[in-house]
Amino acid sequence: MKEKAKVLDKESLNRAITRIAHEILEKNKGAESLCLVGIRNRGVYLAQRLAQSIKAIENKEINVGALDITLYRDDLTLISAQPIVHKTEISFDIADTNLVLVDDVLYTGRTIRAALDALIDFGRPKVIQLAVLIDRGHRELPIRADFVGKNIPTAQGETVEVRLEEVDAKDEVVIMEK
Amino acid sequence: MVWQRKDLLGLEELSREEIELILSTAESFKEVSTRDIKKVPALRGKTVVNLFYEPSTRTRVSFEVAAKRLSADVINIATETSSVKKGETLIDTGKNIQALKADIIVMRHNYSGAAAMLAKHLEISVVNAGDGWHEHPTQALLDIFTLKEKMGKIAGINVSIVGDIAHSRVARSNIWGLTKLGAKVTVCAPEILIPPAIEEMGVVVTSDIQEALREADAVNVLRMQFERDSSNAFPQQIEYFKNFGLTCERLEKAKKNIIVMHPGPINRGIEMSSEIADGSKSVILEQVTNGIAVRMAVLFLVAQAKDRKDENIN
Repeated sequence: MKEKAKVLDKESLNRAITRIAHEILEKNKGAESLCLVGIRNRGVYLAQRLAQSIKAIENKEINVGALDITLYRDDLTLISAQPIVHKTEISFDIADTNLVLVDDVLYTGRTIRAALDALIDFGRPKVIQLAVLIDRGHRELPIRADFVGKNIPTAQGETVEVRLEEVDAKDEVVIMEK
Repeated sequence: MVWQRKDLLGLEELSREEIELILSTAESFKEVSTRDIKKVPALRGKTVVNLFYEPSTRTRVSFEVAAKRLSADVINIATETSSVKKGETLIDTGKNIQALKADIIVMRHNYSGAAAMLAKHLEISVVNAGDGWHEHPTQALLDIFTLKEKMGKIAGINVSIVGDIAHSRVARSNIWGLTKLGAKVTVCAPEILIPPAIEEMGVVVTSDIQEALREADAVNVLRMQFERDSSNAFPQQIEYFKNFGLTCERLEKAKKNIIVMHPGPINRGIEMSSEIADGSKSVILEQVTNGIAVRMAVLFLVAQAKDRKDENIN
């Protein structure tokens, strides 16, 4: 795979997060009963950044959880490599919260389907919304995001890589092609 | 690191990396049992058969709970009430279970090597839940998991195993696992219960309980299986407690943070006093809790490996 195009750099990525933070607050009428759950791996870092951003705007700390959806996947046997099971860490009660699920890339929608199943095993949020940094299209399930950093039309053979300082040493989003 | 084995037969054949993969997978599974809904759909549609040729409550129940928390269907076969009584061979029983399209057999058997033999004749997964005096891999894995949780690491720690080493599959599996991960293992028993050439497994041998405790970070006390004593070779129970039983007095001379483990069921007043079993150094009930996470990890990994193999064939 080689790099085809850079679609977000550090500054535009930060601006996208700040905008999503504002949109989340607007839609939920403030940070009251708001919580964020990131999908492992990069969704967790995005959720933490969103929480910081929300704190900067509203001066309110909100709960952030981490969700591993490996055990809920419908394609476990289709993955050639060993799926590594990571920890789910949701240390707060999600019942009656306005829960925003956070992931880096929205593609087929299957990860989100699995995440919804997993979340509902933890409790019954008042509402679940979805925030993604990139929506690249090609949905296979009736799922859409409430908050999108950037819509990027892609071909199916391409992949979108979100790189974050916490794990990849830099902030950027690139499209890769064969 | 990819788990390739369709079976888990013992720790002797596993690499250090394979053991570490089971332990890290178990860490993630532990959280599932703390939820209100203690269930994930990872093995939905799979059937796990518990095939027990020896009486067992805790291991069987632990496997059953583990399988159910992964959403598998579980069938228990106690051989006293099955066609085994009519003379069916182990392999025939296994092939019948396979023909029922079960996915995993969890087997306890009184003959060493029984699990390996069954695994060789079947395409479905076999998990050894104890075979004779040979191995009891999931018990050792949960012991090591508990140790790692308490100590933060396994490499370099001192673990003493006290009790009937000669007849213990728990001891054997623990020795394999702990030495592979770099722990220093001491075994302690009356001379008659120490098997010949045990030093070749890389352990220190002693018959002095005080010496076994002196440097130990953890002591794993085995159950004295008096019911298996057909040769009258065992010491008397009172005599055993006097010479090897874990008491407050003996532990006072050990390291301050020593932890006490036991695979259960405990013979109170024989292997250890009640004060120790119920005391602050005991992690015996945590072992039981951790056993579920470890067995979930094992069932998950062997099922995945089997599914991947089938995919590659088709």
